[in-house]
Amino acid sequence: MNWESWLFSGFLATLAVSTILSGSQGLGLTRMNIPYMIGTTVTSDREKAKAYGFILHVLNGWVFSIIYVLIFEDRHYANWWFGLLLGLAHALFVLTVGMSLIPGMHPRMASEQHGPNAVRQLEPPGFMALNYGYQTPLSVILSHAAFGAILGSLYHLK
Amino acid sequence: MSSHISASANSPSHERLPHVTELSPEYSQVQPSDFPAIQDYGIIGDCRAAALVSKQGSIDWLCWPRFDKPAIFAALLDRQRGGNWQISAVLSGKVDRYYVPETNVLQTQFSTKTGIAILTDLMSGAGQLPHQLIMTPDHEIIRYVECTKGKIEIEITFFPRADYGARAVQIHEVGKLGLRMAVGKGVYWLRSSVPLKIKDGRAFARVMIHSRETIQFSLSYSEEAPAVLPAIDKSILDRVQGSIGRWQAWAKRADYDGSNRGEVIRSALALKLLSYAPSGAIIAAPTTSLPERIGADLNWDYRFCWLRDASLTIRALLELGYWYEATDFLDWMLHATRLTQPELRILYSLYGDRAPHEKTLDHLSGYKNSRPVRIGNAARDQYQLDVYGEVIDAAAQYAFHGGNLDREMQKVLIGFGNYVVQHWDSPDEGIWEPRTGRENHTHSRLLCWTALDRLITLHQKGKLQRAPVEIYKKNAEAICQQIKSRGWNEKLQSYVSVLDGDKLDSSLLLMSWYGFEKANSPRMQGTYRAIRQRLGTKDGLLYRYEVYPREGTFAICSFWETEFLAIGGGTLAEAQAMFDRLVRFRNDLGLYGEEIDPDTGAALGNFPQAFTHVGLIGAALSIRQREKGEQQLAHRSKDAEKRRPHSEANISGHIS
Repeated sequence: MNWESWLFSGFLATLAVSTILSGSQGLGLTRMNIPYMIGTTVTSDREKAKAYGFILHVLNGWVFSIIYVLIFEDRHYANWWFGLLLGLAHALFVLTVGMSLIPGMHPRMASEQHGPNAVRQLEPPGFMALNYGYQTPLSVILSHAAFGAILGSLYHLK
Repeated sequence: MSSHISASANSPSHERLPHVTELSPEYSQVQPSDFPAIQDYGIIGDCRAAALVSKQGSIDWLCWPRFDKPAIFAALLDRQRGGNWQISAVLSGKVDRYYVPETNVLQTQFSTKTGIAILTDLMSGAGQLPHQLIMTPDHEIIRYVECTKGKIEIEITFFPRADYGARAVQIHEVGKLGLRMAVGKGVYWLRSSVPLKIKDGRAFARVMIHSRETIQFSLSYSEEAPAVLPAIDKSILDRVQGSIGRWQAWAKRADYDGSNRGEVIRSALALKLLSYAPSGAIIAAPTTSLPERIGADLNWDYRFCWLRDASLTIRALLELGYWYEATDFLDWMLHATRLTQPELRILYSLYGDRAPHEKTLDHLSGYKNSRPVRIGNAARDQYQLDVYGEVIDAAAQYAFHGGNLDREMQKVLIGFGNYVVQHWDSPDEGIWEPRTGRENHTHSRLLCWTALDRLITLHQKGKLQRAPVEIYKKNAEAICQQIKSRGWNEKLQSYVSVLDGDKLDSSLLLMSWYGFEKANSPRMQGTYRAIRQRLGTKDGLLYRYEVYPREGTFAICSFWETEFLAIGGGTLAEAQAMFDRLVRFRNDLGLYGEEIDPDTGAALGNFPQAFTHVGLIGAALSIRQREKGEQQLAHRSKDAEKRRPHSEANISGHIS
């Protein structure tokens, strides 16, 4: 594995995901604020949650890119469209499996079965995160496709 | 009447659930003829947005996430299409309303032959602490009903309509999370302690509640996901009590010890509700298109900030000791208007942008068929020279009370002063914004003189550096001479509305307030007599100017008259009598609109009106100052600086 190339391409790809998701929110495609959602796992303070969540999201993306890089190395193949395909698969996994698991893992998220209480107050994402806006899947797919494409094009195989 | 927020919902014995009855008919629908009187509305808010609640327990106006955004409930302007959220007793009976003392928490008591219930309405967000452990929604209305005697059947009808009633809203039932409605960039969540049926874009229920039973509702709004969904349990009572505590702590800070404290505090609370905490702006009113004449087209959008209100507003806030609010408002004025400086527009949006272009909402019937309903305001393009005097006088009062004008602020003020020097002799649209063209208004000249006079005084007190004072003095003298020669009508023995004219308007009473001419001078006494004769009504109210057909009397003009009497234009007894007479025209909650119908005493125009409440506070302050024998013009008082608290950090009860 090319560690230097991973650090560089992983960082840029993660920034791209953050930018696209944040841009989607600004453009009204989705209400989902990923840093806020992640940050509220550690604090109830909104502003701090966004700051902590951004750092955690960047770290998470960086770590996650290792999986992509390992697949590239395993297949001895890395280019933008192969990365894009992996990104699409990643997005589908996040939307279907990931989003359904979040209410059980997030300490402040409510569920449709139990409703909110004094601690669990955050709105759950629902199927494919549609609770956060009907175009949310689109922004998730776009951002993850970009994540994979950037990794695939910038990562140099060892 | 005292407030009633029982803790019965917390008690262990409180286990019985309200009985949900089948509905027949399935839901009530407000009828076109049902328009409540304007003064039948109360207001709740969180210093970001406000809702109007009718005497029938119906929220007929709500714009989220801020005052100037599209309404989700607009039955105020169209009973069929507007949308509303009503919680009321099924049986007719007596309705009493009141605010929990010294708060903006509204209570409506329904008394029927079977029992009594109290509906408590509030927006919970005001004063939220940034580091509290329990998360709170961005925007939330809590509605809490408690049966206090016997049993009573309550009907709930929730009928949201998007974009000022233009579009239906899809209501989705999402398990125990409640009802979800996605509208535009945001999502509304309605949580209820009783099940609601959904049909035809409405959620509804009828519930029989017995003594000590409660039902609770929370409507929240968020433009960010995941939204915070508040629990519908005993914590709702904590939020109600928390809100009451914060408002009471804020009201307690009011530095007023006169006999009109109740009226002053209510007006201060109304003014606070109309402030937009994130920027410090204060809007004129939270509504649009409530008519100045029923059935006519004098319907305007007041959800913006008018600079003409600045001076009187700052004075009210400073004299009451609300330094945070005064500082925020001054900051907003001097910094948010930066894009247009040294020119000033007459009105701005909440963040200091130009107010949006005016357009009409033709799908709405208007209040009692008063069409068109307008959003945006065409006065954005008007030219008013008085705003320079208003803004400079506001800054001067701030400085005279001990506030610091930093170098940047001084530069801005000098820029305004230089603009006045170059333009004071130009015609403008004037304070009342008639859409009939520009004239040489005496009031505008007065405020140009005020602008230069205050800058000269600031310089003399060492609070303004590098100002071209000699130029200011020369121009101030020229304006003074012009007002005294061309603004005075020898035949009428009165100052007049327009130079060389023969019409009057009530803003001329402010000549004494701004220190141009003493209230007991022969000229001001003559002006007062002429205004009373031509613009007064038998009930002691005043029209703002001469226009036919007549509109309503302008509420703040009557408070200006009171203040004119208090600062030497009359006796203290006359001023207090006038004040007492005006108090009779407020509604049962202590709120005023823009105008008062001279025949019926009903409120007209947008409601409630910040300017009128500023007028009430000013009049009460001037009366109190006369009682104490203090110098009348507070903004020129040498004692004013003593009023500033040594440390603003020590002030409790700050709401933002």
